[in-house]
Amino acid sequence: MDQIAEADTIFLFGSNPTECHPIVGLHLKKGLRRGAKLIVADPRRIDLVDRADIWLGLKPGSNLALINGMLNVILTNGWENKEYIATRTEGFVEVKANALLYPPERVEKLTGVAKETIIAAAELYAKSDKSMIVYGLGVTEHITGTENAMAMGTLALVCGHLGRRGAGVMSLRGQNNVQGATDMAAVPHMLPGYQLVSEPEVRAKFEKKWQAPISPRPGLESLEMYDAARAGKFKGMFLMGVDPAQTDPDLHAVRKSLNALDFLVVLDMFHTETTAFADVILPGASFAEKDGTFTNLERRIQRVNKAIEPIAGKAEWQIICEIATRMGYPMHYNHPAEIMNEIASLAPNWAGIDYQRLGTQGLQWPCPSKDHPGTATRYEDDFPRYNKLGRMIALDHVGSGEIPDHQYPLILTTGRRREHHNNASMTMRTEGIAKLVPEELLEISSGDATRLGIDDGDYVRVVSRRGQIKVKSWVTTRAQDGIVFLAFHHREALTNDLTSGFRDPITSTPEYKSCAVRVEKS
Amino acid sequence: MNEKMIAAQINGLEVYCRQGTTVLAMARAAGCFIPTLCDDPRLEAYGGCRLCVVEIKGLEYPQTACTTPVAAGMEIVTESAKLTRIRRNILALLLANHPNDCMRCEATGACTLQDLAYRYNVDGSRFNGDQTRLPRRDDNDFITFEPDKCILCGRCVRICHEVMMDGTIDLIGKGFNTRVDTAWSKPRSKENCEFCGQCVSTCPTGALTDKMSRGLGRPYETTKVRTTCCYCGTGCGLDLKVKDGKVIGVASALDAPSNQGNLCIKGRYGYQFIHSPERIKTPLIKRDGKFEAASWDEALDLVAGKFIEIRKKHGPDALGGVASARCTSEDCYVMLKWVRAGIGTNNIDNCARV
Repeated sequence: MDQIAEADTIFLFGSNPTECHPIVGLHLKKGLRRGAKLIVADPRRIDLVDRADIWLGLKPGSNLALINGMLNVILTNGWENKEYIATRTEGFVEVKANALLYPPERVEKLTGVAKETIIAAAELYAKSDKSMIVYGLGVTEHITGTENAMAMGTLALVCGHLGRRGAGVMSLRGQNNVQGATDMAAVPHMLPGYQLVSEPEVRAKFEKKWQAPISPRPGLESLEMYDAARAGKFKGMFLMGVDPAQTDPDLHAVRKSLNALDFLVVLDMFHTETTAFADVILPGASFAEKDGTFTNLERRIQRVNKAIEPIAGKAEWQIICEIATRMGYPMHYNHPAEIMNEIASLAPNWAGIDYQRLGTQGLQWPCPSKDHPGTATRYEDDFPRYNKLGRMIALDHVGSGEIPDHQYPLILTTGRRREHHNNASMTMRTEGIAKLVPEELLEISSGDATRLGIDDGDYVRVVSRRGQIKVKSWVTTRAQDGIVFLAFHHREALTNDLTSGFRDPITSTPEYKSCAVRVEKS
Repeated sequence: MNEKMIAAQINGLEVYCRQGTTVLAMARAAGCFIPTLCDDPRLEAYGGCRLCVVEIKGLEYPQTACTTPVAAGMEIVTESAKLTRIRRNILALLLANHPNDCMRCEATGACTLQDLAYRYNVDGSRFNGDQTRLPRRDDNDFITFEPDKCILCGRCVRICHEVMMDGTIDLIGKGFNTRVDTAWSKPRSKENCEFCGQCVSTCPTGALTDKMSRGLGRPYETTKVRTTCCYCGTGCGLDLKVKDGKVIGVASALDAPSNQGNLCIKGRYGYQFIHSPERIKTPLIKRDGKFEAASWDEALDLVAGKFIEIRKKHGPDALGGVASARCTSEDCYVMLKWVRAGIGTNNIDNCARV
């Protein structure tokens, strides 16, 4: 993460770190003070735009068009890194052919960004010695989220901005342990350490350790579980520390699913929108009440140390072990250190990890053995593929799942604010924070506000095809004409009543960043 | 980055360091104590408090260690009668315009000025002059400012400008009337402040303190527990201050690898949920549409029983779970092991994708 400050050009894409990752924002500011250039691609005029050299204020859903446009400029001017492309990559011919279909004039129409700005951004990114792409959920929370992320990689590969300090592609993870939860493979198709459930030898290894058969049938992702519940095929669910009835998209559908379940267990610290649907609520323990690890966005596994005893008596791992044991599958650990040792014995990338080694500095995986120091920069010499080459993929502009029309003429994009986190069940419990940001505000441009007869501070109704909410308006230069913004922190105004059911077909990540709405004075 | 190593002597000891290292950094690495008030590793060297003066052979006057780079062959002395005299003078001048009410000061035990007064055996009696008398500023929910305890080291101002690039506060006025203030002395609000508390974390005296922690415990009554922040994915290290089984505050951990002691409003002040009266404290079972408190045994028996029942009736794939990206990796691992090996389905996911 400290490498951000070493980059010559920082290309910030769909991320608002000074609010959503304030400390990443500090590394970035350090780079700016050193003289680094900054390109910001974001539909909103976020705070960092004031410090940027170039702002690409693209329309939500036009990420791929913008990247293709930049590739077009780079390739027609010969600014690509020819040696890197020849020795370290494959797929360039297709990428080039595709990029040529995106001249800046066309991309201007697709993205709303002036072609001169696109050309300037492409030149700055390509010609800098060390350019780093830092991207956030503005890239992934689209139906083309995976393609968007791959396009970032392609751009970096074409320019050879990878595998060196101060260069590369960095994704900012939204929650404290998104990386760890995924590494652990709390996901349907993998086992810990990114090992596929579908491979018999992988299953055999885990079956031996776990002394139980593992189903070869692929599992359901969370949104698929809700779909299956609505269809009557999915009956019982255990939710640990999640609040889908506030934070998942298209809440009407979510509520229907939760109601359809025969039996729902929700484990949480507080009553949430979701706990209301539960048959049993189990009290959760906060991070101060247990030992364990979180893995951050730079793959650093770091200790969480117990400061006080669990307020309700048990930590999550203990609760689950007790349920498993009661179901006839005995699970017992004396301490989370034993759990980590078991993980290390099964996941090769974590084989070198134990609590003693983690200390106060943590370790960055891959860390395959006890004497391995961990890995700060990946892909320095080769990529983890059969031919060691970085694969570029030609990708076409698709757009958003739902586009504005005369009934719903505005694009709603959503995100977080600095003071709150997700459903705000934790942040709203600090009195000062609750007073500082007590309610949700709709960011709307003065052009749109004037047209709709809305003054700053007026209450408005935001209506989508799926629902409506009432919020106060904030007429601000942060918003461009035609694009409004809401965070999703407040139970009083459930932003996700508005968001759509469109998902990235590869990852099932919902399209939080773009849906069609209209705004009416309330 | 210049990687060239050079040799020098400190208090007669041979030491090696990278070219460009300051005398202060090198001395600390060698285990030599040099007093400072205006230094913070998160900030550019400032040379304001003059306490870090050292003697360098061949130079007539003492030099500030924080702004002087080590040169090859340099011979440095960090403690001498002359240096002690200088340091005592500086401290006596600071204490002459200080309330010296350590007994009830929030910073006692975590105050560099107090520590140095003790170490160099100085009090405020030597110089008589005007004293700053300005009221305590308590105009927001997070940061208390007592201007008469401020020694004008500028750390709060510099962290706000250099690290945060916010510029909420600055040094205002001249000479004796210099003070730290917001523009037009406006109260701190969302308009002019992020409430990251970085200024509090760097203050070497009791001038800036965490309002939420005031009066809750002395440093020697509390234990600090190093942990990792529970909010975004940056993974900031921080110290929880714990007294009698209660988290009473958060302290910066300067050696934390991701954040080097820096924190945002959530990390530093977003901890009150831990002891919120609204926490769910016992398992709850819904009966006739209402939640009733239950014992752990009762609730866990019910959960296990129901899950077994559904599995018998509809098969294991009618069951599943979603883990949280806010729980520990160990929690997640235990959950996926239970779902896969205990229940017998791959219906396990986490909230990373949503």
